[in-house]
Amino acid sequence: MNDMTKFDRFVGLNETKISAQGVNVFYGDTHAVKDVSVEIAERAVTAFIGPSGCGKSTFLRCLNRMNDTIDGARVEGQIHLDGEDIYDPKVDPVQLRAKVGMVFQKPNPFPKSIYDNVAYGPRIHGLARNKADLDEIVEKSLRRAAIWDEVKDRLDAPGTGLSGGQQQRLCIARAVATEPEVLLMDEPCSALDPIATAQVEELIDELKRNVSVVIVTHSMQQAARVSQKTAFFHLGTLVEYGDTGQIFTNPKDPRTEAYITGRIG
Amino acid sequence: MTDTSSAPNTPPRHGTGAAVQASLARRRRKQIALQACGIGAISIAFLMLFILVASLVSSGYQAFTQTHVTLDVFVDPEEVREERLPRGGFDDVLAASLARMLPDVDTSDRATLRQVERILSNGAQFALRDMVVADPSLIGQTIEITVPVSDPYDQLNKGLIDRETPEENRRLKDEEIAYFDALKESGAISKPFNFGLFTNADSRFPELAGLKGALVGSFWALLTCFVISFPLGIGAAIYLEEFAPKNRVSDFIEVNINNLAAVPSVVFGLLALSVFIGWFGLPRSAPFVGGLTLALMTMPTIIIATRAALKSVPPSIREAALGLGASRQQVVFQHVLPLAMPGILTGTIIGLAQALGETAPLLLIGMNAFITSAASSPFDSATALPTQIFIWADSPERGFVSRTSAAILVLLGFLVTMNAIAIFLRQRFERKW
Ligand SMILES: Nc1ncnc2c1ncn2[C@@H]1O[C@H](COP(=O)(O)OP(=O)(O)OP(=O)(O)O)[C@@H](O)[C@H]1O
Ligand SMILES: [Mg+2]
Repeated sequence: MNDMTKFDRFVGLNETKISAQGVNVFYGDTHAVKDVSVEIAERAVTAFIGPSGCGKSTFLRCLNRMNDTIDGARVEGQIHLDGEDIYDPKVDPVQLRAKVGMVFQKPNPFPKSIYDNVAYGPRIHGLARNKADLDEIVEKSLRRAAIWDEVKDRLDAPGTGLSGGQQQRLCIARAVATEPEVLLMDEPCSALDPIATAQVEELIDELKRNVSVVIVTHSMQQAARVSQKTAFFHLGTLVEYGDTGQIFTNPKDPRTEAYITGRIG
Repeated sequence: MTDTSSAPNTPPRHGTGAAVQASLARRRRKQIALQACGIGAISIAFLMLFILVASLVSSGYQAFTQTHVTLDVFVDPEEVREERLPRGGFDDVLAASLARMLPDVDTSDRATLRQVERILSNGAQFALRDMVVADPSLIGQTIEITVPVSDPYDQLNKGLIDRETPEENRRLKDEEIAYFDALKESGAISKPFNFGLFTNADSRFPELAGLKGALVGSFWALLTCFVISFPLGIGAAIYLEEFAPKNRVSDFIEVNINNLAAVPSVVFGLLALSVFIGWFGLPRSAPFVGGLTLALMTMPTIIIATRAALKSVPPSIREAALGLGASRQQVVFQHVLPLAMPGILTGTIIGLAQALGETAPLLLIGMNAFITSAASSPFDSATALPTQIFIWADSPERGFVSRTSAAILVLLGFLVTMNAIAIFLRQRFERKW
């Protein structure tokens, strides 16, 4: 796995999938994200790191317009997905979110069966032609999220009855089941043990062959392991953005260095 | 635990433990005092409830039985002729039969016969008539029938008439009491469960009066109320909670819905009287109009309950569905509404229970009329349970006193059942997130 990431790192730049220009987000009077510009590469993993409350989740949620659903949240600036402005009035956020999937910071399975949790996305988007198709999608997604062995005997049990870490992997399975082009993952491993974490990282590695992954993480090691690009946020601003190797070995900004060496955060 | 502020290796400061001890004792005393207040309040509430129910039961239990007399009736062909049915001298036939069961009664004296006849309920002759009309071959035969006795004798049998009272102050003369005692002696008197209370409509005669008309009227009114207020209330709540923009207008609407829930019910009655009956020309006293009026009052309750239930669905569920690319309408109908349903149903049942007990608006639209047959459609005149209680409480006859209490008990029974269903739903489907 490590060799693989090294290899990718030297392969050079992919094309830009998402380009954000001068994004500002306000929650009422709180200025949560300040003038952030990022280019997120196609078929690569981008990590967002930074201390708690610095706006990582908020910025991540701009990328699939989830902030639209929060009363009082206001987003300014330009975000283009494949060159198309996603905040254009003509863009349907429902269609956008089918393309840009999301795993939330807190696991939020539906109070339905495990099967229905995973099958929900494929069902509403009509991705399965028949029941057998759907069964296959569900199994494949659960396998990719490294939870199949734990739940294969109780697919009818409620998803809310799983442990916190299992719920988190169920949510990952649910997100990958819709085959998004971009997957936004907000601290997907925060409740996972090292084994499950390694499995999810393997999934991320596998996903990046045809998906752009953006992952928020508090683990420097994880960011270093899985990502090709890293963005460091601090107090709502994007302090530094570059190749992961450069950020971790040779940060340009003293704040980045202080954070990754554990002096702020 | 007790001293987290001190540095790891210094010994705990003296006095801290004692201070915690003292404050613990104080906190415990406060808690005990609070618990005592709570228990006291609950005890008082229970005592009040007990007094209410006990007084209703003590005055109402008599109405759940009804004194009957069993007679061998000779259907005299002289009095009842087949070709003149359904008319005939059924009352005379009954009086003659009853007189034959009594010792020393002059059957030829019409005044005495009338007096004997008054032992029987006014409904007895109609019961006999219906039997004979249904089967004319009974004419000329002797048949055994069991019919209610009239109210004064019912009271006498239930021990509500004091035999020690001087004769002129009593509802029954000495000889009438003697007739009854003779009948009782011969074993003709029985006191079975009063099915008539549920199967008869209202009547001027207490022994015949029942709640069927009121039950049917309340049923139609509640059905109308439910069919109108449930979909409208839920629809309005879903729109306001999930789709309406949050601005001045929706705030204004919200405030007004809350106000509407607090408007006295008599105002809704006046509104219904002038709008539904005055302008739309709907019939007076009809359960349909009653249901419309009750729907006006129930709708705010349902809207408020539904909005609270929708609000209590955690936002993470909505986010999860939206994040997967569900449309807002899919989020509401596939995720939020099913999760909110138990709360919505609970609120609806409580709203309907309130509507069932509501009296004032029904009085205003004339659902307190004297109606002796049960409504066969929501557009027929009818009473409702609370208005029937109102009518009976207003009636002077002794027999209506216990019937009023019995009717209240029946109404309370329905309310308790509905609330129990609401509590059951809430507990059965309560979710922990
Ligand atoms: N719904 C909201 N309403 C108001 N303010 C919010 C809301 N969500 C976030 N904020 C504020 O925006 C700022 C950024 O929050 P955000 O959740 O993006 O932080 P984060 O970087 O994801 O932190 P963490 O690592 O702890 O998850 C914080 O100051 C927070 O208080
Ligand atoms: Mg966050």
